[in-house]
This record gives sequence, structure tokens and C-alpha cells, in this order.
Amino acid sequence: MVENRPFLTFLTHAFLILGFAVVALPVYVAIIASTHDIATLMSGPVPLWPGSHLIENYSMILTSASAANGLPNYSHMALNSLIMAVVITIGKISISILSAFAIVYFRFPFRQLAFWIIFVTLMLPVEVRIMPTYKIVADLGMLNSWAGLTIPLIASATATFLFRQFFMTIPDEMLEAARVDGAGPMKFFRDILLPLSRTNIGALCVILFIYGWVQYLWPLLVTTDPGYYTLMMGMKRMVTVQDGVIQWQLVMAGSVLAMLPPILIVIFMQRLFIRGLTETEK
Amino acid sequence: MDTKKTTFDSRLLPYLLLAPQLFITLVFFIWPAAQAVKSSFEREDPFGLSTTFVGLLHYQRLFEDPNYIDALIRTAVFAVSVTALSMVLGLAFAAAVDRLTRTGRVYTTLLVWPYAVAPVVAGVLWWFLFNSTTGLMPFLLQKAGIRWDHDLNGTQAMILIIIAAAWKQVSYNFLFFLAGLQSVPQSLMEAAAIDGSGPVKRFFTISLPLLSPTTFFLFIINVNYTMFDTFPIVDATTVGGPAQATTTLVYKVYQDGYLGLNLGSSSAQSVLLMMIVMVLTFVQFRYVERRVQY
Repeated sequence: MVENRPFLTFLTHAFLILGFAVVALPVYVAIIASTHDIATLMSGPVPLWPGSHLIENYSMILTSASAANGLPNYSHMALNSLIMAVVITIGKISISILSAFAIVYFRFPFRQLAFWIIFVTLMLPVEVRIMPTYKIVADLGMLNSWAGLTIPLIASATATFLFRQFFMTIPDEMLEAARVDGAGPMKFFRDILLPLSRTNIGALCVILFIYGWVQYLWPLLVTTDPGYYTLMMGMKRMVTVQDGVIQWQLVMAGSVLAMLPPILIVIFMQRLFIRGLTETEK
Repeated sequence: MDTKKTTFDSRLLPYLLLAPQLFITLVFFIWPAAQAVKSSFEREDPFGLSTTFVGLLHYQRLFEDPNYIDALIRTAVFAVSVTALSMVLGLAFAAAVDRLTRTGRVYTTLLVWPYAVAPVVAGVLWWFLFNSTTGLMPFLLQKAGIRWDHDLNGTQAMILIIIAAAWKQVSYNFLFFLAGLQSVPQSLMEAAAIDGSGPVKRFFTISLPLLSPTTFFLFIINVNYTMFDTFPIVDATTVGGPAQATTTLVYKVYQDGYLGLNLGSSSAQSVLLMMIVMVLTFVQFRYVERRVQY
């Protein structure tokens, strides 16, 4: 701080606390709503203090609530989300680090072309090619399968660029020393590049896990079998009841549980998270 | 594009290393995109047996369709509103946190987590908050004399998805602005303070101009986010309604193609969206290159 201005500092604190209160409001209301019964919620605006139905609501959502909506068990959907997020994270990191290794440490025909093909993925998000991609996955018989859910999302230009940039900063002497000692390319990759990339891999894990966990459009397109539903699709089904009342207290309990894993990761791995976010730049 | 001065010699290995990434990219990205371009020029008969080349017919129809033009304008309004709202808030939080030396980290933790909330969940939470029977907001707004019902009022439905989309994005902008502010040289600030300019003046005459590369970068990223990543917010809350009031371009591709099975029109819309992303990506990368030279 350049100079001491107690009043301005006070205002800064006040502004940030107010800001946090506004940002946290929807989540606070969700937590409160998940502790009341539906009668209380329907009889007027949400109370501002917790009610007495916390245990009842959370045990409902974890056991019988989703079956009432024709959904698989909540824990089953959570497991699906987890599998999807983990497979996408591992898949993206593995194929990106291998591509970056090839592009940086080898000289071969069509290297430039390969780089551009990877770059193009940035310009083609799923949202702009919904129908043709769906058709390919259907033609390959990958609808309602783990392969269909994860493999098409695994290509990653940003992760490849991150590793490429990082490899460019590794001194050439490393490679020369490794070669003098008789190490082949894969040994160099395994014993030198992989250990050096640890922090980058960690940062990417945080970002990509969140990316995989919150996927919505893609699972919606390629799965019709409830056995493959993820939490995000379950949430949507629970708020689109055709007739009757939305069971808000259960929806909110479900939302709270569904946001918990990624939020905890961001809070407890904040350093890696910020690094991953600012270095992959999207 | 450069490589290392010393490299490994192997004919086959680099191709093997690249194979998985290139395979997925070609099969699930480039091939479908090419298909979209192809079918945007064709018409399929109702049984899907034969296709005829129709030239730019689908594009011409789109630009004559008031629904499409409306969706285009609506998406622009949506993108600009979300971008402006989330960037202004992100910058304000970043400027405040940057002033604090010791407690800054605590506030950072308190402000970054909405990034991790899934768009669907963000949509559902705000939808609940504004719900006309149970929600807190309509109750408060009623006291101010405003009747809130986003199931009937299109403008209010749009405001709802703008708030939900901006809420999720504030933390992203906050982190980038904070990183930008922290790299402003302290000596400049001290020099300005000695010359008698107060914190507010310093912010507007020193920090803000120095932040312009960050601001520009974030503008592109946010427009991109609002156009393409907000599909779940719309689908979980307003479903494009009431009366198409929240049907964005991406949502329309989904409705016309996946739900309405109108392949030609949906493909033409996809191709137009691809062109928008290409322009955005091009601008973004030109800028990143420039920044590296600084």
C-alpha cells in the first residue's frame, strides 16, 4: 500500500464483505432451503434461518428421491460424474503431453500441419457442431457408452499448448546430457520430462476435473440410458416435473451436494487452481 | 513455430505420439465440422434417402427469418450484458483486494469458488431465488412495486439468465484483473502519490490504462463464454422461453437440429457460429502474440 488511509481501507473491507454476501447469497439460500420441508417453502418466500428437516432431506436425496423422478440413485449419478471427470482429466493430460513431446522434441514432415490440426479444436466447441458430432458417435455405435461420453471430449489444444510452452523453457542441455548417457526418447520423457512437469500436471488436473464434472450438453446428447446419467442431467430432470410441485427442498439438497466436490477442490488447491486457470488462459 | 535445436531422430515415434490426439480431432472435430458445412448446402428428402444441392438457400432463409435475426440480436445483448456486468464486478473486487496486503488472500478464497459451480447448478440456484412462489427476490421486488414473473415476462427471463451467467464468471475476471493489478509497478504508484494524486485518481490514470491488454483479453474470453458455455443455464431454467425470449444462437441450433431435426437449417446455423468462434479465436491469438513481444 502506498499510503495509509484508514477510512478507505474500512470502505474496502465493507465493499468486499458486501460483495461476498451478494456472491454467496444463492448458495446460502440453497443451503437454507435444503433444511425445510416443502410446505414451508411453498407458503411464501424462503425463510432466512435453517429449519429442522436437514437430515430428512439429505437422506431422502441420497436414497429414494431420484427414483421418484425416474432417475437412478443419486450416488449412482455422482459416481457417473466422477468417472466422467476423472477419465476426461487423465485422457486430456495424457494425449496432450504426448503430442507436445512429439511437436517439441522431434523434427518430422507435417509437423506444422499436426500443430494446426490441434489448434483448430479451439475453434470448434461441441456447441457449434451438435448434430454432425452426434451423428458420428451414433454411426460408430458409441451412444450410451463410456467411450462415447468421454473420448470425443478428450482432445485438448489448450493443454497441448501449455505443455509445449513449458517444454520450450527446459534447457537443451538436459536433452544433450540424457543423450550422452544413452537415454532414448521414451526414457528421456519418463525420467526427465514427466517429473519436471509435475506442477503443470497438477494445475491442469484441477482445471480439467472441474471441466469434466460440469459437462452438460455432451452427456445430454449421447446418453438416453438412465444408467449413464450424470448429476448435472439429474438436476435438470428434477426441476422439469411435468405436473405437480417441484420438490425444491430436495433439488436444493441435490444442488448443494453436486457443487461440493469442485468447490472444495478450488478452495483447498487454490494455488494450483489459479496457476492452471491463468496459464492455460481458458 | 520453433523446435529444440537438438532433437531425437525417429521416423515413426512422433507420429505414434501424436496419433491419439490427431485421431480424436479428425474424427470428432474436423469431420463433423466438414459435414456441417456440406449439409448446410444440401436438402435431404423426408425419408433421408437422397440429398440435393441447394446452394445458399438455407443461409438465405435464415437471414430472412425474423426468428433468427431476433436470436442474433438477443445473443449480442446477452453477451454484452454478461461481459460488462461480470467484468465490472471482477475489476471492482480485484481493485479492492489489491489494496489490502494481509487479508487479500482470505478475500480471494471467498470470491473464487463460484467458478467451480456447474452452469446447470448456477441456473437452478438463481431460478429458485427468483421463483415467483418460493423465491426471495420476487418477494423483495414486490415491496418495491415490481411484479416479477420470468415465466411470463421475457425481459425478466433474460435478466435472470444474465445474472446467473455473470455470477459464475465474476471469479474468473476477478483473478485475471488481480494478477494484472499486482504486476503494475509499485514505483509508478509511489511516484504518483508523491505528486499528490489519490487512490481513485491513481486507479483511473495508472492502473486502468496498464490493464488494457488484460481487459481486451477478458472481453474476448467472456463473449466466447457467454455465447457457447451458457447452454446449460438456459436449458435448466427458461428452456429458451417464454416465447423464445431467451433462445440464444447456440440454443437455437440445439432446438432446430436435435429436437426439431431440421438438418439443413441447423447446419447452416452451425457454420455461422463456427465463423464467429473463428473470428474470436483469431483476435485472441493475435493479441496474445503481441503481448509476448512486449
